This record gives sequence, C-alpha cells and structure tokens, in this order.
Amino acid sequence: MITESKKTTYVEAGVEALREEMARDESVFYIGQGIGPRGGNFSQTRGLWKEFGDHRLRDTGICELGATGVAIGAAMAGSRPIVDEVFLDFILEAMTQIIQQAANVHYSSDGKIKVPVVIRGAMGAVRNAGSHHSHAFYAWFAQTPGLKVVVPSTPYDVKGLLKTAIRDDGPVLFIEHKALYNTKGEIPTADYTIPFGQARIRREGTDLTLIAVGKMVQQAVDAAEILHQQDGLSVEVIDPRTIVPLDRKALASSISKTGRVAIVDEAPANCGFSAEVFAIACEDCFDDLDSPPLRICSLPAPNPFSPVLEDQMIPNVDRIVSEIRRAFAA
Amino acid sequence: MQKTTVVTPDVKLVLQFYRGMLELREFELKVQELYRAAKLPGFVHLYVGEEAVAVGVSAHLKPEDLVFSTHRGHGHALAKGVTGREVMAELWGKVTGCSGGRGGSMHMYAPEYGFMGTNGVVGGGLPLATGAGLSAQLRKSGQVIICYFGDGAVNSGSFHESVNFGAIWNLPVVYVCENNLYATEMAFSRATKNLNVASRGAAYGMPAIAVDGNDVLEVYQAAGEAIDRARSGGGPTLLECKTYRIVGHHEGDPGTDYRTREEVESWKKRCPLSVLRERALSASLASVSDFEKIALDVQAWLDDAVEFSRTSPNPDPATVMNHVFCSEDGQ
Repeated sequence: MITESKKTTYVEAGVEALREEMARDESVFYIGQGIGPRGGNFSQTRGLWKEFGDHRLRDTGICELGATGVAIGAAMAGSRPIVDEVFLDFILEAMTQIIQQAANVHYSSDGKIKVPVVIRGAMGAVRNAGSHHSHAFYAWFAQTPGLKVVVPSTPYDVKGLLKTAIRDDGPVLFIEHKALYNTKGEIPTADYTIPFGQARIRREGTDLTLIAVGKMVQQAVDAAEILHQQDGLSVEVIDPRTIVPLDRKALASSISKTGRVAIVDEAPANCGFSAEVFAIACEDCFDDLDSPPLRICSLPAPNPFSPVLEDQMIPNVDRIVSEIRRAFAA
Repeated sequence: MQKTTVVTPDVKLVLQFYRGMLELREFELKVQELYRAAKLPGFVHLYVGEEAVAVGVSAHLKPEDLVFSTHRGHGHALAKGVTGREVMAELWGKVTGCSGGRGGSMHMYAPEYGFMGTNGVVGGGLPLATGAGLSAQLRKSGQVIICYFGDGAVNSGSFHESVNFGAIWNLPVVYVCENNLYATEMAFSRATKNLNVASRGAAYGMPAIAVDGNDVLEVYQAAGEAIDRARSGGGPTLLECKTYRIVGHHEGDPGTDYRTREEVESWKKRCPLSVLRERALSASLASVSDFEKIALDVQAWLDDAVEFSRTSPNPDPATVMNHVFCSEDGQ
C-alpha cells in the first residue's frame, strides 16, 4: 500500500491533530496558559488562535487547578476540552481534580456521565531546567483506574494518538516529551488515527527485547544499532505508546520470543512503568526467560541542575549499551 | 453588595416551599435513624437546618439546569428533582439508587435530573461547576449552573480560581455559599478575618449578596435575581446564604465540642420550617390543616422511599468492573 506522507515535527503533528479535530467537531475547545495569541510555550498551539479565536482557544492565567477542573466540568456538561498544563510538572496543582473527579465520575455515576477531556503536558528533562521543570512521573496516572495514559515518541504517534484521545469519551492523559518537540518524522497526509493499546515494534530482533516510551524510545533504538554493529546482537525495540491501555500481549510475545528483556525508563525504577513491565515478563513469560529482566532507569534523585550531574542521572545510549552488555554477557 | 427586599409570595408558593423543606428535613432525620441503626453503610453529612437554601434556589431551576453539590448534598439532589426513592436507595448502596450504588452519599450523580454530583472533596465542585458554565456558554444552551459550597471551601485555592474564571468569562453560574459557620469543627471566625463571604465578590468584580439562609423567601428572591442574571447573559453571582447545621458535621459527631449548646439552641429557634410556617399562619396565608396535610403526604412519600430502598436488590458483584472506563478499550 502506498500512502502519501510528509515530514513534520513532533510539535507540529500535535497542532495538526488539534486543527483537524477542532474543525471536525465544534464541541472541542482548548484551555491553558499562553495557548492563545502566543501559540503555546512550546509552539504547541501555533496558529490555532487565529483560526478558532478566543472562544475555543481559552487562554488562562497561571492556575492549573482551576483550568483543569474547568475542563473536566465542561466535559461532564457536554464539551470536549483539551486542557494544557504545558509543563507536566505543573499538573501537580491540579491533581485533585484529575484523580478525585475526572477519573471517578463515570464509574461513580454508574456510567451516566462521560468525561471526554484530554489533559496534556510535556514531561522530562530538557536543557537542564532543574528539578521543578523536568519530572517524568507519567506512570503515576496509570495507577488510577479510569485514566488512560498516552506517551508518544514520534510525530506519527502524536498526531494519530492525539486525535484518538480527543475522540475518546473519557479522561486521557496525553504526555509528550519536551525534548522531542523539534524532532522530525514522516506522517501520512491523509486523515488517520491510532487506536489505544497497540504497541509499535520499532525494530525487529531475536536476541533481546528492549522496551521504552517517550524520549527513551530513540535512545533504545540507537543502543540497539550499536549492539547489533559491535556485538552482533539482534535487538527488538518495542514502544507501547499507551501505558493505559497497555498492549500486554505484544510485550509478552516479544519477551517470550527473545527470552531476554530490558526496560529503559526516564522515571526511577521503583514502583514505576519499568516495574510493571518487569512483572509482566515474570507473570506471562516466566518459562521463556533466559535471564532476569533488566531495568535501565533514571537514578532515584531529583533532577540536578548541573549538566554533568543530570547526564549521570538519566539513561543514555552509552549506559543502555553497557548495562545490557554487563547483564546479558554469557 | 446588594440588599434584597422580600415580597410576600402567594399561598401556593409558601406551601410548595414548606413541603419541599419538610421532605428534606424528614428525609435526613430518617437517614439519621437508619444510619444509627447500622442499616446504611458509609458516612453521611446531614442537611438538617439548611433546607431553605436548596429549596429557595431550586424553585427557579429548569430540568436542564445543572447543580453541582457538596458532601452535604442529599437536600440539593432532592430539591433538584431526584426522587426520594433514588436518593435513599443510593445511600443504601442498592442497584436502584441514582448511581446504581456505586456512588453513595458523597458521589451521587443523576444527570437525567441535572444533578451533577455531590462531592467528597471540599471545594471539589467549584471548578467543575465553572467548567459546566463555560460549556453552557460555548454551546449556547441557555442552562444555568448552580454551584453549592460551604464556608469551608472559601479559603481554598479552588474557590479563588473558580470564581475568578466565572467572573472573567461572564459565565452563567450562581455560586451559592452555604455559610453554616463551621468547616467540620473549625469556626469560620477562627479560619478567616473577613467573615462576610459576599464581600469577596468585589475582589472578582462579581455581583454578590448575603441573605438569611434560614428564610426561604429571602433565598428565593435573591436566587431568582441571580439566576435571571445568569440566564440573560449577565454573568455570575456570589450568593451567600447564612445558615447553620443543627446537627453534627457528620452523623456520629455530636457537634457540641466546638459549639455551645446555647448557640445550637438559638439556631433551632430559627428553624427555616418553623419560620415559614409561623409567618404564613400569622399572615393567614395558610391554615394549620394545610400544614397537617403536607406532613401526612411527606410521611407517605418517605415511607415509600424507605420501603423501596430496603427491598431493592444489591448490585451484582460481577459488575464491579463495569464503567471504570468511558469506552471499551481500557483495561
């Protein structure tokens, strides 16, 4: 099948998704700080205000609790808002509305009230922003029943998954990575969506499965290439893309095939996404494992400011390669 | 801050208000009795003493208008039109409850009546109601949103951010503060310096008014003006209803460690039901037999709600995972 495609950036793919969905459905509106005339701190709404105006590009002051709660309430009443926390770090101001209200309403109302809200924020370390602007706590949300959690790694995934998120009838956390906004990739020129819960195999392999989301996917792909070139290892790289719902079947089937799994994560190892995949490997693939699962994660420290310290903290290609060599040498 | 002048309504309205308030009162006293007898699970916060607020406000509402309530919300639900059967069965955790037994007292939803939820989080409903107001404005639905909260919520950031949004966007929301003087056990006078909640309206550029929340006619009048303003595009109002819960914070709290018996007794004398009844009798608007008939009707209504709930089935345990996600692809 030949489909027309074009090159675009991760951030522009999101803008396209928003533009198309806002044009398609007038109940969609966008709310957040600096997302109007400025077009967003990361240019994540660039050009939309001119097209859709003040009413549907709701610029706010700096008040994440109120703006997020407003979006959730509007969703309960029949709109389909996207609320932008800009930096995921600032979602902390709004947690009570997300966990206590958005996640519970549909269940507690016996399925009578839908909550079609997208809660968007950019995670992770970029340009040594320090401990208040660098958090990678995306997996917290997966622990709350009722929330879906999307962690896209490419422009293709941003556009297709954001459109799906907007069309979903429930609360979706859409968590991009700040460091990816200017990365480029191919996306189809035609309309498309990507269903939730479908992992993407980024690179096929037979000796080892490497699982990562967000910015760590590219690190994993680069590490896989080095391991292939220098060690003759055939490494499969899988990006789940959504961690709720999680494509458990795809992960397990790859792990069973290769017999070895490593998880690369920008969040710390304890009680996190890496622990969840580790558990899946043990629960679903125990008899097929040739060695214990390996976790290559950020060290459990607040993000330090000094570039040399932060580089020490967060997994990079060199560390992924060396930890895999150490763990799976035999 | 504005001042309201109460006009005497006709007898029909007086009796309607009385009946509404008596339903709320008797309902809560029955809940108290059932709870003390360990028939009802969970926790309940009773609305006893504050009935004039919900009844006076709801008298102006259309079915499609939306109400966002609090932890003390049974009265708000009933006044908005949710049936006694559905509210009682929900408190009983039965499948026939308005939320199928999944919500209970503090997470009770009945959108088919425009009732968008009680709320276990103080201040939790404020942004939600504001957002519903934004949605109503964007959809040009003509709906008015009622946002109930207590004095306990007004010192939270949630109150500030919500009311600020309501004002700047001129939303069709009426912010109804039920100032019952205590946040759980914390006296309002110990929690904040400015005891006049309505005066805060000025901080947001929002019309505001304080009324005697135990006088249903006064609440009715002020709420009517606020709701008309909201419906006609005039934006939000902060309506402070000064009232009192003559029971404890939750059932089980004697409510006397932090309040004097004299204070509680003085508010009992200002019971919104007796105030209305005495006024109607002394003005010869209604007769003793009118009130007696209402009492009989309400008793029958309540007996039916209790019997319905008592005999209703529990939810099927196999349904515990139903409705976690709004669409099927969740896990």
